[in-house]
Amino acid sequence: MNRIIKIILSDILKNKIVLAYTLILAILSWGSFSLEDNSSKGILTILNVILFTVPLVSILFATIYLYNSSEFIELLLSQPIKRVKIWMSLFIGLSSSMVISFFVGAGIPLLIFAPTAIGLMMLLVGSLITIVFVALAFLSSIITRDKAKGIGIAIMTWLYFALLFDGIVLFLLFQFSEYPIENAMVGITAFSPIDLARIQILLQLDVSAMMGYTGAIFKDFFGTSLGLFLSFLLLCLWAIIPYFISLWKFKNKDL
Amino acid sequence: MKTINYILFLCFFSFVVNGQKIEVGATKKIKSIKGAIALAKPGDTILVHKGTYKEGNIIIDKKIILLGKDYPVLDGQKKFEILSIKADSVVIRGLKLIRSSYASMEDPAAIKIYSHNYILIENNILDDNFFGIYIQNGQNCIIKNNVLKAYGKEEQKLGNGIHCWKSNDIQIIGNNIQGHRDGIYFEFVYDSVIWRNSSQNNIRYGLHFMFSHNDSYITNTFRNNGAGVAVMYSKEVKMINNKFDENWGQSAYGILLKELNDGYILGNQFIKNTTAIYMEGSNRMKFENNLFQENGWAMVVQASCDDNVIVNNNFIGNTFDMGTNGSLVLNNFDSNYWDKYEGYDLDKNGFGDVPYHPLSLFAVLAESNPSTMLLYRSFMITLLDKSEKVLPSITPDNFIDNKPLMKSLPI
Repeated sequence: MNRIIKIILSDILKNKIVLAYTLILAILSWGSFSLEDNSSKGILTILNVILFTVPLVSILFATIYLYNSSEFIELLLSQPIKRVKIWMSLFIGLSSSMVISFFVGAGIPLLIFAPTAIGLMMLLVGSLITIVFVALAFLSSIITRDKAKGIGIAIMTWLYFALLFDGIVLFLLFQFSEYPIENAMVGITAFSPIDLARIQILLQLDVSAMMGYTGAIFKDFFGTSLGLFLSFLLLCLWAIIPYFISLWKFKNKDL
Repeated sequence: MKTINYILFLCFFSFVVNGQKIEVGATKKIKSIKGAIALAKPGDTILVHKGTYKEGNIIIDKKIILLGKDYPVLDGQKKFEILSIKADSVVIRGLKLIRSSYASMEDPAAIKIYSHNYILIENNILDDNFFGIYIQNGQNCIIKNNVLKAYGKEEQKLGNGIHCWKSNDIQIIGNNIQGHRDGIYFEFVYDSVIWRNSSQNNIRYGLHFMFSHNDSYITNTFRNNGAGVAVMYSKEVKMINNKFDENWGQSAYGILLKELNDGYILGNQFIKNTTAIYMEGSNRMKFENNLFQENGWAMVVQASCDDNVIVNNNFIGNTFDMGTNGSLVLNNFDSNYWDKYEGYDLDKNGFGDVPYHPLSLFAVLAESNPSTMLLYRSFMITLLDKSEKVLPSITPDNFIDNKPLMKSLPI
């Protein structure tokens, strides 16, 4: 298994797109941190990167990579290796290489310019988001054999979580503003990994406002260590569940 | 006339303090403070040595100086008001007063002044009392360098730290107040100075005053109080160089200004409050050279405020710079520094060439439906905010700074 991971990892790290992704992340973060005296603008830029660019690149690259390496997967299947092992090594190889490039691109400037709780939280959340969207890519690429369809599903997934979901939440918030929906809204955020990530970072970044106005719901849920633990657990579930569904499909697939 | 009064007051101290000295202590001839007061003539000094004195309610009805050596403890045993001052020109210095009684009708305090003037209360430690220092209808009193601490959890079981009612020309200097209901409470108090105090972790307000005109609040710190600072129904209040910190909560404000008129707020620091300044029905106030940093809302100016001038302030790293509840804007927000300003300065005069809209769409949304905070910094919301900035439709289009500063002011 280790050897397969090594092969995949070295293949991906040599990939020009991943190199470009790392470089773009690095330019964005270094640039925005050195623009201003205080680190707040830089942190906001990286927040937008985590919520927007990281999911997009992770899901698209992983989906395309999986389709492109279908021949390699078939070759591996002809060897006496378990399917679980192959799928697992693919997942570990892909997600670790994406995490490494996020770490090199955005993580190093974060650790240098904002070595605080916010910086560490963003690093952790960014890595988790990467893994979540790689897992979603595994799911979307196993659903259909057609490459174009698969990439389409990946893009739609990203669009849904990055844009549409918040629109739906906003709509619900105003439609049901007469009702005590605060707790239900906290529950609904569990349905989007990007929202989970965003709220975790917000609680560090805009602590004065978050602890205040909407006080009760935030403090009582996300503010407590149980809430923190739960939302991280949910983020991990967002990686684990799509991966295991894809694994189950891969095991039973007639290739 | 007031200054002459004051000079007379000082002269009075320097000339008259030549009475006898009566020593009180376990090893001295006189064992109780009450006994010493009974013996004393006006102008005498009573020196209380170290020890614990459980004497119930001590009434000071003569012009005396009550000094403590090495902080003797006066214990109210949770049954008595400790010191009741019923004479003019009394000095209380260097005592430790603990455990005054609790009552809901007559407000017992550790030290209470009953309608008398020229009292000096200095360098005392007050611990676990109901009310701390209570001035009822007093004039020209000084409360200086005392440390007050209380431990209750419920508002109704706690008294205020320094409570003044119907008094004037009071000086409250260098006190440290913690854990009371309101740190400093004023009602009908005029022409007074509150200087260099620190009021922290109080259950309700750090500073609370009503109907108190012409007072000055200088270089005080109000930190982490249950509901911040609330000031109401007063005129010509000056607040200079104070620090309002970490007042968090749904109804906690750096300062809540309710019907305050003609005040001047200069050089204060508002850091990490949920709402730094909340204004309602306040007119002709001037805010100058203040720093608003990392607050949830820097200012919430309700539409009922008129003719206020907000000039030369720094707004840095706040979640929202402004909030309001209506579309009527009768205040002036020109020439401030806003870190969210994205304009340019082609003529290099230090002012941005395009006006700044400090009121964001999302601030308006969050005001009407606080749960929307859940979506803050989401890409959707940023998109909506940007389009609103270009074409204001929901936010009032005259809520603008016409001359935003390009560089922050050195505050």
